[in-house]
Amino acid sequence: MATKAFQRTYTQLQAITKATVTLNAKGVSNDELATVGGKLAQVVKTKGDLVTLQVFSGTEGVPTNAEVSFHGAPPTLRVSDQLSGRFFNAYGHPIDGGPEVEGEEREVGGPSVNPYKRRQPSQLIPTGIAGIDLNNTLVSGQKIPFFADPDQPYNQVMADVALRADVDKIILGGMGLSNDDYLFFRHSFEAAGALDKIISFVNTTEEPPVERLLIPDMALAAAEYFAADKNEKVLVLLTDMTLYADALSIVSNRMDQIPSKDSMPGSLYSDLAKIYEKAVQLPSGGSITIIAVTTLNDGDITHAIPDNTGYITEGQLFLRADPDTGKVIVDPFRSLSRLKQLVQGKQTREDHSQVMNAGVRLYADAQNAKTKLENGFDLSDYDLRCLEYAKEYAIRLLSIDVNITVEQMLDTAWEIFAKYFSPAETGIKQALVDKYWKK
Amino acid sequence: MSTTGKVTGIVSNLVTVAVDGPVAENELCYITLGGSRLLAEVIKVNGDKASVQVFESTRGLKNGDNVEFLGKMLEVTLGPGLLSGIYDGLQNNLTTMEGVFLKRGEYTEPLDHAATWDFTPIANPGDKVVAADWLGEVKEGWLPHKIMVPFSFQGEYTVKEVAPAGNYTIDKTIAVLTDADGEDVPVTMTQKWPVKVAVKGYREKPRPSKIMETGVRVIDTFNPIAEGGTGFIPGPFGCGKTVLQHAIAKQGDADVIVMAACGERANEVVEIFTEFPELIDPHTGRHLMERTTIICNTSNMPVAAREASVYTAMTICEYYRAMGLKCLLLADSTSRWAQALREMSNRMEELPGQDAFPVDLSAIISNFYARAGMVILNNGQSGAVTFIGTVSPAGGNLKEPVTESTKKAARCFYALEQNRADQKRYPAVNPIDSYSKYLEYPEIQEFLNETVQKGWTEKVLKAKNIVRRGREMADQINILGDDGVPMSYHEAFWKSELVDFAFLQQDAFDAIDALCPMERQKYMLDCILDICDRKFEFESFEECRTYFKDLINTLRQMNYTEFESPKFHDYEQQLKKQLS
Repeated sequence: MATKAFQRTYTQLQAITKATVTLNAKGVSNDELATVGGKLAQVVKTKGDLVTLQVFSGTEGVPTNAEVSFHGAPPTLRVSDQLSGRFFNAYGHPIDGGPEVEGEEREVGGPSVNPYKRRQPSQLIPTGIAGIDLNNTLVSGQKIPFFADPDQPYNQVMADVALRADVDKIILGGMGLSNDDYLFFRHSFEAAGALDKIISFVNTTEEPPVERLLIPDMALAAAEYFAADKNEKVLVLLTDMTLYADALSIVSNRMDQIPSKDSMPGSLYSDLAKIYEKAVQLPSGGSITIIAVTTLNDGDITHAIPDNTGYITEGQLFLRADPDTGKVIVDPFRSLSRLKQLVQGKQTREDHSQVMNAGVRLYADAQNAKTKLENGFDLSDYDLRCLEYAKEYAIRLLSIDVNITVEQMLDTAWEIFAKYFSPAETGIKQALVDKYWKK
Repeated sequence: MSTTGKVTGIVSNLVTVAVDGPVAENELCYITLGGSRLLAEVIKVNGDKASVQVFESTRGLKNGDNVEFLGKMLEVTLGPGLLSGIYDGLQNNLTTMEGVFLKRGEYTEPLDHAATWDFTPIANPGDKVVAADWLGEVKEGWLPHKIMVPFSFQGEYTVKEVAPAGNYTIDKTIAVLTDADGEDVPVTMTQKWPVKVAVKGYREKPRPSKIMETGVRVIDTFNPIAEGGTGFIPGPFGCGKTVLQHAIAKQGDADVIVMAACGERANEVVEIFTEFPELIDPHTGRHLMERTTIICNTSNMPVAAREASVYTAMTICEYYRAMGLKCLLLADSTSRWAQALREMSNRMEELPGQDAFPVDLSAIISNFYARAGMVILNNGQSGAVTFIGTVSPAGGNLKEPVTESTKKAARCFYALEQNRADQKRYPAVNPIDSYSKYLEYPEIQEFLNETVQKGWTEKVLKAKNIVRRGREMADQINILGDDGVPMSYHEAFWKSELVDFAFLQQDAFDAIDALCPMERQKYMLDCILDICDRKFEFESFEECRTYFKDLINTLRQMNYTEFESPKFHDYEQQLKKQLS
């Protein structure tokens, strides 16, 4: 962080908590950065001359006579093409041993796009994974999280999706990433030979949690530079947003705010929306797509973090292990891409949406049959066919290790339908049955 | 001289100001930050300290910055040109703003001052008039837009002169009125009104007596909403709240639709203004955008303006209602507004109510819902504001303060159910838990008897009963097994599935099925009830299942086919054959 000419310096702290310090200071502006005993901090509250600062790296070892100097500006990032291929920490400093980036200094967490100037997302982002492309098609400019238990391979799936997606830049925002996962991302990007289009902002588990609060703003400031200034298609990966929200609750707790549901701050919805709503299709052709990870506690989506996320994002992708096939699948019931109808049948084949619905409906029938089986009842012929269908459907389409084109997915679905069902049982429009049914 | 002040404290968008004179609750003020002015509203006063909520980001604000109070509350500007407008929560015109990103402190005019309107006088010199009486009319697109005596005028006035027919801008004086003291007051085509105050100026507010058609079967037939009625749609995310609301917006039988996107996704607003100009209003054959006004305060826009956005939207509806028009207000979602109230209450360190919401939440919600309604105007004509709000309950649990408070205020309840959504049974409105109180109104029953069919309400209740019975049977079958129950259980269950699949479910993305006029709903319900009245003899439950599945398939194909078309009649014949 560049040192400014006019620095006001104070040396008398009034109060210290684990995440904040409070002192008497004059002429301080809201949101501006400061250094507290060499640690970076940000103004979060002023009351008369009493100023409260949130110290990003924690207040361990900060004495009451620590030197506090104010920078006079909110957090910034230097943006230019030099960002490409680089790894940074939460403050935007390189951690890959390379030089500092030169370029224009921009405030992070800046203003939002005028909704009227947005364009409707309309470009399909193919991932090769049928659980996504067939049932929950992604569209550029969309924001969507993976909801996954911590033991699921969400980071791997996300890396696969990122590398297969046809985008100009991939920006990774890693919050509380384990060192192993950080190296995993680094290696898979390197192995794919795609390093030059990747930019990473990483806060690992070894670093203080409050620092994470800067990661999404940094990543999205870089994304806005490439999308708005350079008209590029940018994909932003944010993992793990649950740890981000945890950091928010730490700060709000230290500031004595009244917690709402699940001890999260009352502003959680707005805080998360500010990040996710940066996803945009710009009129100039540039776009920002956000794929995030929200880890769950034992699949509980009613917890405040996934719950608020679900209301903000345009759908969610739910990973779960399927005990019948031993595969990790994209759960067809709880996953949803809200923008899918913008590309289904428009950029894909006309039968897409009906095939998708029929496939999921029959899979639901199979679940009912399974419940019957578990309760010890006799199964009908239809039930048995459903169960067989469900297995094949899970292995050939829902599993995350599938990598085929959308056309192949649709053909596969028709093939499986014909194997187990009559056209009437699928409930698909007659015109489509006439055209695509595999005899 | 107006009151001024200085900033003394900042927590996010709550700013404390030391003031040097009188300030009013809800008074507006401008805070000067560098070269720009940020609009804020007083929400609490304590001694010489006023707490104001700022409608913009407070980044960079300093203690000691100057504040200037405006001596008025948040107002909307009313006049011709509101339709097809796209505004933010404070009624800034988003279409005239420069640049792709919103600039802090940039405020734009809601109405076009240069456009001219074709004015025709209605009132004559010598007429006695009161607030909201009609003075003249301009054509706003196809809609007769009345120029009224401003709502803020108190007492009786005499019309001194009215401008002759001609083309005028909104700022032109179109009438001069004389008040009781003989003072002359000029009236233009535009007026201002504080958003938090309900617009009066009507003779009475009777009980609603008509149905507002939406083309959605589960609403119109099963749980109809009245013209001037209130309803709400709670549901967990991913259950189709927004899709259902957009369907109502596209197909609802109203003259004016105001959509308040309150704290929701920006892309949903983009969807509206991308698609609506292309879509045709099924009732008038005009472009949908011509009757639609959008108020959007999306989730990333300043939180404090969320509250303002729903009030702004309501005031615009009330304005059009006073012209004798049918208005529909859709707010998505009122939970975000409640959360904005919670954020402020929290920052002011008020003692919290349940789930940290402010304790007066329930009162605020019911006050707001009470502004909807059908009214008889002073001239005997009627107008209506129908209000449907969505609620986003935390964790999908309906036992939370916003849902509970809304349930007390709204008359229709459309409960979206996770389970139905998981099974892709859309719209995921739970047919048993949802209700419409209007179905119990004798006026409404009479209206249905006349416009749809004699005894319609009984038919609807009968269909509901079939669904309810089917649920019970499904439970029994699940407990006792397919073979453990009599065949009549299977039959009752499949009859309810028939109602569900062929009537309750509707494909909002299919060009034909999406909109089902009342006439067609009547046909389908009759057809389905006829099947349900029959007694069947099945050898096995397998046979019963296959039989009904085939019937369902035929009925669904009918839903996908144009009503009364040759193909439709083919399916009709096919159905007859299946039934014989």
